[in-house]
Amino acid sequence: MKAFTQHSGLVGPMDRANVDTDMIIPKQFLKSIKRSGFGPNLFDELRYMDEGQPGQDCSQRPVNPEFPLNLARYSGASILLARKNFGCGSSREHAPWALEDYGFRAVIAPSYADIFYNNCFKNGLLPVVLSEQQLDLLFAEMYADEGYQLTIDLAGQKVVRPCGDSFEFDIDRFRKDCLVKGLDEIGLTLQSADKIRDYEKTRAADQPWVFGAIK
Amino acid sequence: MSQRTVYDKLWDSHLVQQNEDGSALLYIDRHILHEVTSPQAFEGLRIAGRKPWRLDTNLATPDHNISTDPAERAAGVAGIPDNTSRIQVQTLDDNCDHFGIKEFKMNEMGQGIVHVMGPELGATMPGLTVVCGDSHTATHGALACLAHGIGTSEVEHVLASQCLVTKKMKNMRVTVDGALGAGVTPKDVVLAIIAKIGTAGGNGHAIEFAGSVFSNMSIEGRMTVCNMAIEAGARVGLVAVDEKTIEYCRGRQFMPAGEMFEKAAEYWRTLMSDPDAMFDTEVHIDGNDIAPQVSWGTSPEMVIPVTGNIPRAEDQTDVVKQKGVERALEYMGLEGGAPISSVAVDRVFIGSCTNSRIEDMRAAAAVVEGRTVSDSIKQALVVPGSQMVKAQAEAEGLDKIFIEAGLDWREPGCSMCLAMNADKLGAGEHCASTSNRNFEGRQGNGGRTHLMSPEMAAAAAIAGHIVDVREFTGDQS
Repeated sequence: MKAFTQHSGLVGPMDRANVDTDMIIPKQFLKSIKRSGFGPNLFDELRYMDEGQPGQDCSQRPVNPEFPLNLARYSGASILLARKNFGCGSSREHAPWALEDYGFRAVIAPSYADIFYNNCFKNGLLPVVLSEQQLDLLFAEMYADEGYQLTIDLAGQKVVRPCGDSFEFDIDRFRKDCLVKGLDEIGLTLQSADKIRDYEKTRAADQPWVFGAIK
Repeated sequence: MSQRTVYDKLWDSHLVQQNEDGSALLYIDRHILHEVTSPQAFEGLRIAGRKPWRLDTNLATPDHNISTDPAERAAGVAGIPDNTSRIQVQTLDDNCDHFGIKEFKMNEMGQGIVHVMGPELGATMPGLTVVCGDSHTATHGALACLAHGIGTSEVEHVLASQCLVTKKMKNMRVTVDGALGAGVTPKDVVLAIIAKIGTAGGNGHAIEFAGSVFSNMSIEGRMTVCNMAIEAGARVGLVAVDEKTIEYCRGRQFMPAGEMFEKAAEYWRTLMSDPDAMFDTEVHIDGNDIAPQVSWGTSPEMVIPVTGNIPRAEDQTDVVKQKGVERALEYMGLEGGAPISSVAVDRVFIGSCTNSRIEDMRAAAAVVEGRTVSDSIKQALVVPGSQMVKAQAEAEGLDKIFIEAGLDWREPGCSMCLAMNADKLGAGEHCASTSNRNFEGRQGNGGRTHLMSPEMAAAAAIAGHIVDVREFTGDQS
């Protein structure tokens, strides 16, 4: 997994609450058996005027001129400002895959849906939580200032504004460690293989019906 | 030992290792796979040269992407018209064959929507941890399981190690006491809960549903409620074990039998919250107050009683809410202040992991029996949740009732709940749907979803518009 330590980049908006993962990447693109290539279809229904199909050349499609991320000033944005409960609904990991493939390295929102939040960390995408008031301020600064950039320092757990002031954020230690070091979580878990086997032995003695059922 | 909730007990009994950084290694007993969220996980295993940790825990079936049209289904996987869908279903078959994972293939008895299939086959047992790359996995919590959705990276993690790296959630209890009125169903109960606590209300929590309404509810009804815990933001929803749970489990295909069953049942009976167990959050709702519910907007919290009026943007106090209501009204093509029962419906969908079990089929059939679908309805789909539900419904003659009334009787699958196959809404069309999400575009680009119970959807099919099902049964209050 791609490591994340510090990132500076252009900021773009997704200024509405309860953005669901169907909105982030609509279902027709979930038919793919690959992990990559979802970027051109990020926010597909909002971003284009037509109905997108998998495998289509998106550069030829009519874009929605009113969708903020289509504006030239947000072209190349790598930090997404969002509102509360971002990523709700379906568990599709295609949502962080699409955000990452589009070029986002981080999202900043007041809250996230649990599964989406978890999925981000598996893909080197950092979901930062700040308060609604702090988000209001960042949105206002971004709208006022074309080319608005932020720096996210994961090691120091802070978002640094252009004026030099910063907002601190909380993050679980184990999630932070995995992201900073870009660790292979499965490899890490398999280091505890003996413990897993011990657990299975004890459990099979107590609750034998749990094992061997599916055949 | 201190007083514990059901969730605490399930957590404790599956803890392999508590790490000092706050994370924990949790053992997974049952892993259910489908075609959409598994291919990249299997590919990951192959690339890393890993094998499944064990085989007797995994169960797979195709459901999301498959056709529900009887003629197309009869042609098998090769007959799936959409190229990418066919490849995805074939990939699941190939991966399961390659790794030796038990799969119920598309037209095999046993196949069904993952969350209908697991419990009905007895693969889901009380006291287990159950995961699946699908957010509606909480459904299995109706059998007092710790069940939740996971992403594809975690599907790979569970395949490779039988564990998840995770963190304990908080405990929430939603108590619904009282008695439900006529025409009020488990779907109405869960929609009323979501309307009350909001789509983020359960974030970070495992919800236990408690109170007389749930003890009086069938196991299938409890599945409908647990299914939609995620629409209230909670990954986990569950109900404690009672004798109904035990009787539901008895005799199912993958369940233990004889003495082993009795031994298991003895343990299962301990899966209830201790009397003084602590919940971080408590919510109380009076079941007597719940009317049949309908969603009017584009989020599952945008729900009102069928007797109510569509909200107006200008009546909202906070600005973000006002903008949300405005946008939802515009997307739905609705006027604030109008009665919800005036909304005309173009299509009807009875199905999905929320409402496609035999009791749902019976309830919908009872409403349409001897009646005819309104001429204004373009399509009314009835999609049973599994091959077993389909066979049972046909044995009871329900298929004939639906067909005579003018509804389409289909093959099992997820169908129009998420519209990955050809079952979808056209732009601007309103759908009376028994599914779980009314997000923009969920049932088809530009489609407008109204969530409701099977009884209410069946009544809408007959009336041609949203209608109080109690008008059909004569119990209007």
